[in-house]
Amino acid sequence: MIEPHPLRVVLAKVGLDGHDRGIKIVARALRDAGMQVIYAGLWLTPEAVVRTVAEEDADWLGLSLLSGAHMTLVPRVLQLLREAGLEHVGVIVGGIIPENDIPKLLEMGVARVFGPGTPLPEIVSFLREHSGASHA
Amino acid sequence: MATVTDTAARERWEKEIAAAPQREQPPTTVSNVPIEPLYTPESLNGFDPDVDLGYPGQYPFTRGVHASMYRSRLWTMRQFAGFGTPRQTNERFKFLLAKGQTGLSTAFDLPSLMGLDSDDPRAVGEVGRLGVAVSTLDDMHELFAGIDLAKVSVSMTINAPACIAMAFFLANAADQGVDWKQLRGTVQNDILKEFHAQNEFVFPPQPHVRLVCDVIEFCTHHVPQWNTVSISGYHIREAGSTAVQELAFTLADGFHYVETCLERGMDIDAFAPRLSFFFNAHNDIFEEIAKYRAARVLWAEAMRHKYGARCENSWKLRFHAQTAGCSLQDKQPEVNLIRVAYQALAAVLGGCQSLHTNSLDETLALPSEHAVTLALRTQQVLAYETGVTNTVDPLGGSYFVEALTKQMQHEARRYFQRIEEQGGMIAALEAGFFRREIAEAAFTYQREVDAKRKLIVGVNAFQQAEEKPIETLVVDEKIEKERIAHLKQIKAKRDGEIVRRLLDQIRRVAATQENLMPTLIEASRARCTVGEIMNALADVFGRYDGAAKW
Repeated sequence: MIEPHPLRVVLAKVGLDGHDRGIKIVARALRDAGMQVIYAGLWLTPEAVVRTVAEEDADWLGLSLLSGAHMTLVPRVLQLLREAGLEHVGVIVGGIIPENDIPKLLEMGVARVFGPGTPLPEIVSFLREHSGASHA
Repeated sequence: MATVTDTAARERWEKEIAAAPQREQPPTTVSNVPIEPLYTPESLNGFDPDVDLGYPGQYPFTRGVHASMYRSRLWTMRQFAGFGTPRQTNERFKFLLAKGQTGLSTAFDLPSLMGLDSDDPRAVGEVGRLGVAVSTLDDMHELFAGIDLAKVSVSMTINAPACIAMAFFLANAADQGVDWKQLRGTVQNDILKEFHAQNEFVFPPQPHVRLVCDVIEFCTHHVPQWNTVSISGYHIREAGSTAVQELAFTLADGFHYVETCLERGMDIDAFAPRLSFFFNAHNDIFEEIAKYRAARVLWAEAMRHKYGARCENSWKLRFHAQTAGCSLQDKQPEVNLIRVAYQALAAVLGGCQSLHTNSLDETLALPSEHAVTLALRTQQVLAYETGVTNTVDPLGGSYFVEALTKQMQHEARRYFQRIEEQGGMIAALEAGFFRREIAEAAFTYQREVDAKRKLIVGVNAFQQAEEKPIETLVVDEKIEKERIAHLKQIKAKRDGEIVRRLLDQIRRVAATQENLMPTLIEASRARCTVGEIMNALADVFGRYDGAAKW
């Protein structure tokens, strides 16, 4: 499938968590699928993430957290996105997210949570199929 | 030997195997190394049992570092633990000791691991979550209250601020009235693998390595039974490396610490016996066993012949093993119990000195008491029921294991050479060599899984629709507020003038070649916090994020 224009995806680690094995694999898979991926790196504050999303004119933001701090940091990122008028940017979350927290994150406006063991093609097709839809 | 030199039999076997169907999944190790259908004496190209094996407790230690291994003493069963407040972790420690655990292992929270106090704005949401929050000497007092440090060995998994944690630990031991010469335990203190894989570093590589060696040097003189560094492959493997990369990069890190200490004029036989190692115990049983055996040989060889150590204890590679966290799955989590048991078996057949078995719920949360008890019981069954402890190196002489042990040595040496060619450890690190190699291996593995060339039960094979959630440990969000209030109290009580003077002294000493440990111990007594000390060091060393975007 050929993209009308390639999707632009910012991937970021927020907080202090250094587990970057998953996010780097996802970055590579999305690139191989023809998307433009900006890996913003480790240890970012929610403010820095949202700044990158704005500067890069991203369609999607992928956050990776394996630290347990997702219920503090993800809502903060979503709020800052709204404040910056970036509601149209879809947000996906990956990492270790307990089952009970997933509905809460989806209700806040996260488009999808991808847990450990997610096949890479599943993430690629999710982004393709849900692009253009507005972020809640 | 009639059966193996029987050419007719050989030819028949070759014909039969060529005609036999192959399963869909290729016969490769978890690191993607092809495995032969059969290993025979010919696979052992030039293998000489006298040279390549020797006897356990003797050079080159292929068969183990002790003459009688587990017949004399079992490995230390040491479960990594820590969460919430120092008091909560202290309770978990006492719970584990009561269940028969024989050593303690401390997990710090992410802010502490990055050298941030609980009240730092960057610590929001992370205080006490993945480990215990320790910002001051008072926290260290509480953490080990009622535990006799002269009797229980303690491991502390901390790296970037390892010198500060060690200073706090020593000040606390002195306050408990324990002679430093009696202290037994380990501080991880291995910064290089943080740059390669785990990403908890603060300063540039060189000053960070200097801090590692300050701890080695100080403890060599004052805390003689302490393992001054735990040179770790575990995290390299968790980041997705192959077994050979784990082996080679870990030993290369060890060589770099040795060389740095030698450059300071230290006597190798004074410090080398207290260097220890930490390896992963992954799914592929024979690859793991070969990795541990190869590690012992390579280390002994380098210590003896390259660095000129004369004392046998300097040649011995002693290691802790932990089962592979990255192999655990969130689907059908009870199956993790079985994975962990096989991984533990590999570590023990490979001759580990201590072992942590992961809990089945660790892809979901920190372990519950129930899960951590089962993990410990796994080790106890292995130790007391299975008979694997009855003889030393039970797989010694296996054509397969010996061939694989040799092969891994050979491939590790090729990596040592590639690191040399790039100008040594620091140059290769700064060029991103290790991170690239590891990321490449991680990606290759994921592709194998996605293509179902590697099967994972419950993930890409034998999936199950309905699963009842298991109960997991929840860390109370109120802890963060409590820790911040506690820190405020301590700061209000201390003498600000002394704190300022000591932070200045830290900056002064950091700018020289002098060992920082005495000043850090003094600073801990004055209630300088972890964050304040790290900031003072950063004023001199600068901060490093060179690797954060690769």
